[in-house]
Amino acid sequence: MTNRAVKPTSLHNASAGAEGSASDEAHGGSSRSEAAVSPDHQKRPVPATRMNERQQLSYIAAQAADARLNVELETEGMTLNIGPQHPATHGTLRIVARLDGEQVVWAEPVAGYMHRGYEKLTEVRTFPQVTTLVNRIDWLGSFANEVPFILAAEKLMGVEAPPRAQYIRTILFELSRIANVSLFLGDLGVQMGAITPVFLAFRDREYVLNLIEGATGGRFHPNFDRIGGLKDDLPKGWIDETKQVMKKLRTFCDQIEDLLFGNEIFQSRTRGIGIIPAEVAKSYGLSGANLRASGVDWDLRRDQSLPMAWDKADFKVWTHPDGDSWARCWVRLQETREATKIVDQLIDNIPAGPVMTKVPRIIKVPEGEAWVSTENPLGEMGYYVVSKGDLGPFRVKIRSASFNNISIASWVLKGVYVPDIITILASMYFILGDIDR
Amino acid sequence: MSHSSSEAAQLSDTTVSDTSATETQALPGDGLREGIVDALRADLGEHLLDIHLVPQDDLWVRVAAESWAFAAQSLKAQGFDYFCFISAIDWLPSPYGKGEDDPDAEPFVPSTEIKQGYAGGDTRFQLLARVTDLSRHVSVTLKSDVPESMSMPTWIASYFGANWHERETHEMFGIGFAGHPDLRNLYLPGAFEGYPLRKDFPLLSRMVKPWPGIVDVEPMPKSDDADVVETPEVGESES
Repeated sequence: MTNRAVKPTSLHNASAGAEGSASDEAHGGSSRSEAAVSPDHQKRPVPATRMNERQQLSYIAAQAADARLNVELETEGMTLNIGPQHPATHGTLRIVARLDGEQVVWAEPVAGYMHRGYEKLTEVRTFPQVTTLVNRIDWLGSFANEVPFILAAEKLMGVEAPPRAQYIRTILFELSRIANVSLFLGDLGVQMGAITPVFLAFRDREYVLNLIEGATGGRFHPNFDRIGGLKDDLPKGWIDETKQVMKKLRTFCDQIEDLLFGNEIFQSRTRGIGIIPAEVAKSYGLSGANLRASGVDWDLRRDQSLPMAWDKADFKVWTHPDGDSWARCWVRLQETREATKIVDQLIDNIPAGPVMTKVPRIIKVPEGEAWVSTENPLGEMGYYVVSKGDLGPFRVKIRSASFNNISIASWVLKGVYVPDIITILASMYFILGDIDR
Repeated sequence: MSHSSSEAAQLSDTTVSDTSATETQALPGDGLREGIVDALRADLGEHLLDIHLVPQDDLWVRVAAESWAFAAQSLKAQGFDYFCFISAIDWLPSPYGKGEDDPDAEPFVPSTEIKQGYAGGDTRFQLLARVTDLSRHVSVTLKSDVPESMSMPTWIASYFGANWHERETHEMFGIGFAGHPDLRNLYLPGAFEGYPLRKDFPLLSRMVKPWPGIVDVEPMPKSDDADVVETPEVGESES
């Protein structure tokens, strides 16, 4: 029983230990067998149950006890500045936190270190040129940024891409989701001191980037979507390769689920921490996995009709009732799996035909206003496009997911401990280009 | 009416009955969005100024400035609890053009004609916001004219997420939000002068070095637009 001597700091174990010696021993035994490599280890699914009430109560009680202690000790406040350059900030986000001892009293993210003014720049560009700009908003899932803008322009023009282009668009959209979120899953480990997952993530994301490069010519910024369809058809052999890569990515998801999500340290640092109730999440306009992790069953791929091929695939929209950091990470992991399944289903059924409909060489978009948003890797990304019948848009409002997702930070960081700032921000998953635009 | 016609169609031919069924579905009514407008009108009365409804697609509602915050309350009570965004539009055409240096292009003539978009309007600046009802799967785009005082009520009481969006709108358009706790600049340095997203704010990089313009594209084939087409060309591009 050597591993029982080292008392794990995990919340899970702490509450289990309080139940009494009998259950404590049972728990110690089970955690040892978990650590051992058993032959059925791969097959056994990691339980994704909601945190029980005892765990939640013990966490709340611990926080209340610390708060009392701080009042008694009259610990002096200090201001902690994190960033703009910090590994946990995915770019240049600065967090200013006022602390009372180890607890955050007030915290606020400071954005704007990377503001590029895309909304202004779109006003001096033509419609096809705008995709080059919006590629750089969420730079890990670039293709997904192009799609809602192109769809908005197509909506105003009254054209629709041919079915083949819709399928390929959806496949590339999901591939950029996989590339984006798989890097998130690896990066998650780094935030908590685990190095291995990030190597796995970079290795396996490379396969997906190779696919995107093979089809579009660009690893990061494809600029492949056109008004009326796509620039090119898929290259030869791409479909077989994609099937292979999707298998690899599912293996990657299994590895991460065992290695990271099954890790006690990871669990103790994420479970019950940074809880966002559904009402608050909706009021802040959280979207994507952050919203679904608060138990809100809302996915724009399923819940609106767009000229895309998501309705042709059968997939599950995962939600989690807890709303904590763990839930957000877990939902993203499941979404990566679902995305590989969507790609697998669509790729067998790509219809024949052209990838481009007939559009004029010089595109003038008729006067009007249109809003189109899609479920991007980071959440709801939408464009409000106002056209005055000119070559370029009159005004484009870019609604990016991370802007809303991170605006809740000052709410959720209130009262947490300093190390939890990092894990909560990591689980919220933002990309600086997506905040600052 | 449609019932009897489909019965008659069933008697004659099955394919005809299919088309009549789709025709019935494609009727232009939209009870869901019309119901939302009715509920809003019941709350706001004559402060609901104008609507623009695209059936089965989208809904724009323009409300009076003094009812801007109340409209948010009313929508939230109707179930629109998901906040999407707040922004603004400056309807003044840009006095600078596109900053292009194309020798073939017509000289740019600045216009001062202000023409608002869907759901109309009277002022140069309009606020724009969007909220969603996640259970009924429907969204509304709200608009409101911004008065001369450039001050609007805040939405924070209804939607927490409005905080950052109103800060951004404030620094980019110079629209104030009464009741907002903290209207600091979000992106721009504190001492920045001017409001970048206003149309009369010049894009300096284009002023300093104009863009070479459209140099490599051909005229649009078979178009009625005289200002684009100089020489008519045969065949449409299919690439």
